[in-house]
Amino acid sequence: MTIDMSKFLDTFFEESAEGLDAMESGLLHMQDGAADDELVNTIFRAAHSIKGGSATFGLSEVAEFTHHMETLLDEVRAGKRAVASDLVDVLLESVDCLRAMLAASKSGSAGDPKRAKSLSARMAKILGVATGHVVVTASAQPVQAASGGWRIVFRPHAHLYRTGNDPVRMLRELAELGEYKVSCDTSRLPGFVNAQPEECALSWTVELRGEIPEKRVREVFDWVDGDCDLTLEPLPASSEKLAPDAPAVQAVVPVAKEKTNGDKTSTPAAPAAAETTSIRVGIDKVDALINMVGELVITQSMLGQVGKDFDMSRVEKLMHGLAQLERNTRELQESVMRIRMMPISFAFQRFPRMVRDLSQKLNKKIELRMSGEQTELDKTVMEKIGDPLVHLVRNSVDHGIEMPDVRRAAGKAETGIVTLNAFHQGGNIVIEIKDDGAGLPRGKIIAKARKQGLLGADEEPDDNKVFELIFMAGFSTADQVSDVSGRGVGMDVVRKNIKALGGTVDVKSESGKGSTFTIRLPLTLAILDGQLVSVGEQTYIVPLVSIVETLQMKKEAISAIAGRAELYRLRDEYIPVLRLYGLFGIEPRQKDLANGLLVVVEGEGKRVGLFVDDLQNQQQVVIKSLESNFKRVPGVSGATILGDGTVALILDVSGVIDASRQATAPSGLGKNQAQIRAA
Amino acid sequence: MSTAQAVRMANEAAGSDSDNFQVSANSDQYLTFILNGEEYGVDILRVQEIKGWDSATPIPNTPDYVRGVINLRGTIVPIIDLRARFGLERVPYGPTTVVIVLKVMHGNASRIMGIVVDAVSEVYNVSQQDLKPAPEFGGAVRVDFVKGLATVDKKMVIILAIDELLNSDAMAVANAE
Amino acid sequence: MPTILIVDDSASMRQMVAFTLKGAGYDVEEAVDGADGLRKAKGKPFNIVVTDVNMPNMDGIALIKELRALPTYKFTPLLLLTTESADDKKQAGKAAGATGWMVKPFNPEQLLATIKKVSG
Repeated sequence: MTIDMSKFLDTFFEESAEGLDAMESGLLHMQDGAADDELVNTIFRAAHSIKGGSATFGLSEVAEFTHHMETLLDEVRAGKRAVASDLVDVLLESVDCLRAMLAASKSGSAGDPKRAKSLSARMAKILGVATGHVVVTASAQPVQAASGGWRIVFRPHAHLYRTGNDPVRMLRELAELGEYKVSCDTSRLPGFVNAQPEECALSWTVELRGEIPEKRVREVFDWVDGDCDLTLEPLPASSEKLAPDAPAVQAVVPVAKEKTNGDKTSTPAAPAAAETTSIRVGIDKVDALINMVGELVITQSMLGQVGKDFDMSRVEKLMHGLAQLERNTRELQESVMRIRMMPISFAFQRFPRMVRDLSQKLNKKIELRMSGEQTELDKTVMEKIGDPLVHLVRNSVDHGIEMPDVRRAAGKAETGIVTLNAFHQGGNIVIEIKDDGAGLPRGKIIAKARKQGLLGADEEPDDNKVFELIFMAGFSTADQVSDVSGRGVGMDVVRKNIKALGGTVDVKSESGKGSTFTIRLPLTLAILDGQLVSVGEQTYIVPLVSIVETLQMKKEAISAIAGRAELYRLRDEYIPVLRLYGLFGIEPRQKDLANGLLVVVEGEGKRVGLFVDDLQNQQQVVIKSLESNFKRVPGVSGATILGDGTVALILDVSGVIDASRQATAPSGLGKNQAQIRAA
Repeated sequence: MSTAQAVRMANEAAGSDSDNFQVSANSDQYLTFILNGEEYGVDILRVQEIKGWDSATPIPNTPDYVRGVINLRGTIVPIIDLRARFGLERVPYGPTTVVIVLKVMHGNASRIMGIVVDAVSEVYNVSQQDLKPAPEFGGAVRVDFVKGLATVDKKMVIILAIDELLNSDAMAVANAE
Repeated sequence: MPTILIVDDSASMRQMVAFTLKGAGYDVEEAVDGADGLRKAKGKPFNIVVTDVNMPNMDGIALIKELRALPTYKFTPLLLLTTESADDKKQAGKAAGATGWMVKPFNPEQLLATIKKVSG
């Protein structure tokens, strides 16, 4: 039986990539001094798995290289080796090297054997051993001088069965080695009355003829060493040679390592013809899908029953079944879409390493803080946001954070902080890249812009306009073109890429305090937990994350300023009341605030109360883009399809708050009321 | 002609477009519809489907000719009332009122949009030389929304430039940041 | 044909083992770590269990100890997948009640030979 090992390689490469990521992030934590047992174990396990897999799948160079890493980590794990920074460094470099080796194997290219060799040597030096073929090379088994055969006395201990071993199997195995004669000794058997069927009371004497190495015989009993008494006596040579098939048997037992390893290395992995894309899906999501398919099957059989001998008395059942079918289908659709959602940690995980390396290179002290790593976004969006993120983080490290002495002189901590944060907001995912550095050099930007003719000589632009300039093509203010950033491939490309995803990027900056870049991306495939609210005939969806609370307004807590802006007193706070019907220009069922429902929402730090007619249920909705066939609508982040097939709009809470501040409540968003009614 | 027939014709035309292009390279097929008694035509290759009018979800802050959005098999599709768009008198939607779902191009991108019209009419073959430029006819329709005028069976058919028409004003794709 | 449970946190190893054994006609189920393996083994009696040593959420040694203590698995062949460099694991595995072990790397032929050896 031959099995093409290359078919498992894709899986192996994928899990190795994950293992390497885990090692890297573990090593970075370890460097921070947090070398707890579980962490070390996780790192070790990743190295161990890669070694085992690479050896199994014929990537012997990878296996050999990983062996050194594993050995080092094993010593750390056993407490035999302290976590020194040179150790972490060499291991991190090895992670990179392994990545490159695996990528080379995947593409079928040669890779960089020198790099691996020099790292191996460094690790060996730390280990205090000579480099060499340590793991995977099979040592040639010295073949003992053959004899005429063996007399084997095999006396299992009573507990042998309880190891899962069966003497009969061993005897059968011996029989395959040569000419075989067996006698069974039942003298230890207790009487029938005392029989202990779980205990082994038999023993055997086997005479095995043929040129059989002692090692082969002992191997048969390898697993029961200590569970039996075993004696081997050579038999006198006989003229008969009775073991013609012995070598063939050898080929399938573990001794034949050398041969099989040779085979594997001589057939390197077939280069992957095309980049295969796959998604690793959490088991909970798959379980949810399976459950739903189960329900679908039940509904289908129920409908089948109804359809058999159908008459009008069953109409109600049919309607019920169809409604259920519709619900099942919708849930299934939503779950399938959920499969595409992955936590943004996949995009974030490269940054600890990158920031560490960059700050070393630039002699800066930088701490990276990350939050919201579990925020989910669509896989496709994630893949495309990686490069812009890298650019912005590099930018913060290179241009944002100052040198330690500069920071000290400015009265700041020497260690600068770069913060990565992600969260959902109004159907968008928002990613913030924030630094507490010097802020954007306003004067320098203006000077440069004037020089490039982007700005008139007398023009005194406001901050927003100035900071917008950095997103212009070819605009860079870096004093020196550094290796890190400032090579002209700049913010314009970042903005272009983000725009291509239907997103935006903004910057806020304060001199001496730092800058914040904010990326907003629409989640065309995202799922949102929403509260359904009714206003007139319409249903809107308010993202649950934005809702602070929902209450019925008491007349005495309602007040109005200058007869226009209405406020609601909620404990110690006055909340502006926003009549959603007014904002959206629709006819409500109720215009009187007293006893009306107020949904208090929060967006970008501000709170307002949305006055709605009614609250419906809460449910997860699939966010659909309005922009793909129409365009962005202020106050609306997207749409969804309700259970009855109609479209409901999803409120963009921040947008609604902004709009309400621009327009004076309770009039509309600047829309002509007459027009709305006509529509 | 019934809606079903029109859809079938449209689909057949769309399904065999490569043949048509080879056989009559300079003749195009147009689906025509009635609006306020006039006959208008749209390139049949752009017609995705024809469906009866159903309710739409209104979109705030849009002019009244944007009737709202509908769910077209999971896609959110905006619906434009063509009478309102052309400033014609509004009439109640009746049994012949239909939504023609069109593919609208802007640059390399495309959008799916629906137009509400009084009724669908016919599918005509019109050769390019029979397509006359639209005069400044001071009518409801802006000249840049008209691709040309064709005469079929002694009737005038106004062939619409749907990309221009459905990318204008409130329907324009926002390109400013 | 005997049913076999393969417990390994490496998806590629599981795939390889499962593919090989299924190809030879065995019924194979997979578990992603020791805890998963124990749960699956309790849910259904397997004729043979093959487990990796180093895994998160209960390692292979602990799994074997747990399984061997169950009446269903008192005499069942329980095999460890181990590496050459981990000789102590063989002993620990044996002490926990392992029937035997297979040394990584192994190829499909070796795997089948070993399974055949215990499936009698």
